[in-house]
Amino acid sequence: MKQGIDRRTFLKETGTLAAAMTLPVGLVKIAWGAEREETFTFAYISDAHLTQIEGNRFVRNFDKGLQRAVLEVNFMDPPPDFVVFGGDLAQLGKKEEIDHGLEILKKLTLPVKWVIGEHDYYLDLGKYWEEKVSPLHYSFDHKGVHFVTLASILTDDDWTHNRWPSPEERMRQMARLDNPQGSPFMVKKAQRDWLKEDLSKLSRDHPIVILSHSPLYKVFKPWNFWTDDAEEVQAILKPYKNVAVFHGHVHQILYNQIGRISFNAFMSTAWPWPYPVSYSQVPNRVPDITVFMNRADPFKERDATGWGGIDLAGGRSFAHHYQLWENSPRTLKKSPEGKHPKDTQYQNKEDRIPPQRHY
Amino acid sequence: MRTFLWGFILVALFVIAFSRPFARADEFTDQDLKNWDAAFQGVMKEGEKLFHSALGTNAVSCDMCHPNATNTHPETYPKFQKQIGKVVALRDMINWCIQNPLEGKPLALDDPKMIALEAYITYERRGVKLAPGKH
Repeated sequence: MKQGIDRRTFLKETGTLAAAMTLPVGLVKIAWGAEREETFTFAYISDAHLTQIEGNRFVRNFDKGLQRAVLEVNFMDPPPDFVVFGGDLAQLGKKEEIDHGLEILKKLTLPVKWVIGEHDYYLDLGKYWEEKVSPLHYSFDHKGVHFVTLASILTDDDWTHNRWPSPEERMRQMARLDNPQGSPFMVKKAQRDWLKEDLSKLSRDHPIVILSHSPLYKVFKPWNFWTDDAEEVQAILKPYKNVAVFHGHVHQILYNQIGRISFNAFMSTAWPWPYPVSYSQVPNRVPDITVFMNRADPFKERDATGWGGIDLAGGRSFAHHYQLWENSPRTLKKSPEGKHPKDTQYQNKEDRIPPQRHY
Repeated sequence: MRTFLWGFILVALFVIAFSRPFARADEFTDQDLKNWDAAFQGVMKEGEKLFHSALGTNAVSCDMCHPNATNTHPETYPKFQKQIGKVVALRDMINWCIQNPLEGKPLALDDPKMIALEAYITYERRGVKLAPGKH
């Protein structure tokens, strides 16, 4: 008995040892997990719309926008953990345009997470994108936050497969924003089922960030600032307490809050789009809480374009920095107790300035 | 003879007053209205096509920045264009866009293409109050 260790002592001691061994791991998990909300930063570059003119000639203006974003993101100090590219790398989905974009984005010194836009998709229905760039939808975890990337720019099968004489014509039709013959974006059932399954393993208060190209709510159908099955997607997200959606497509500062889900848009690196309130013929659902960005000055080529950086503390709170070229940067903050994201300078109506009035 | 003459004058006046061998300047029919509207719609549609095509040298088109011709504000022209430093017309700005973002050659101010572009831009803004000079 003396020289040996009885079973009970053995179990007790190894138990203590095992607990001691797991303790630091456990602490690390907590430190990087949802409970502790360690803040980290990711950058967001979107809607480059690189346009091939012919051969190796591309539209200079749009190339410059993407190149500038890459340069500035590389110089972020401290550097972000990764960069999200929010879709529409190409203008007409051509291999030449996607390759040209990859060539420019290769200069990023950080990992990139890819979201597909309709301009990347409708020539070959995402085939080249999947081969060369990224899967169309996927999820990943980063420092306790669950990220989900969706292809939100799908549409109905008949429009996609039967309506147009060639893939090129289908792409041209989808590329025209104000096209009366267009078709609304959708996430569609297969992807919604996948999303539901993907989230099912998470606790209800696990922070979730959804990355999509189109807004996952309905703003303005004539320009596809719209996802047709947005309500179904929101219903899947609804049980979770901390959900933030970040999206591209609209080429402007736009933000919203529906229940516990916040929605933030990014500018394009190529050109800005008007707010739907500027189209007097059709009603719109632009969120009241959005403080518009300044009206663009066409004489300043890069005005109202740019990129963004997000400091994320779980899904509960974030600071979203809009790097507006040719203009003062704007910051949007969502605090855990705040009902919705708020502009740090202009949220109150009386603080707004004349260039923010659009008509 | 005199009675006959007066009778003739009266008949002539009657004919002039109540017959319309040629339309008068201030008279037109519903059919005229339809024809004129069709003529306008044709030019406006041509303008829509031009607005959505590459008018310059670099494959860029007007609608890329101005879907449904928004943010062109035709109701505010002529106005002081701060970047040019004087009062200009909408067509001056159309040409500015063709020359700069579209990297093309300006249109003659009376070019049918210019008229068509103006027809489309203005039509998309129909119903909005005129506000010349507004920035």
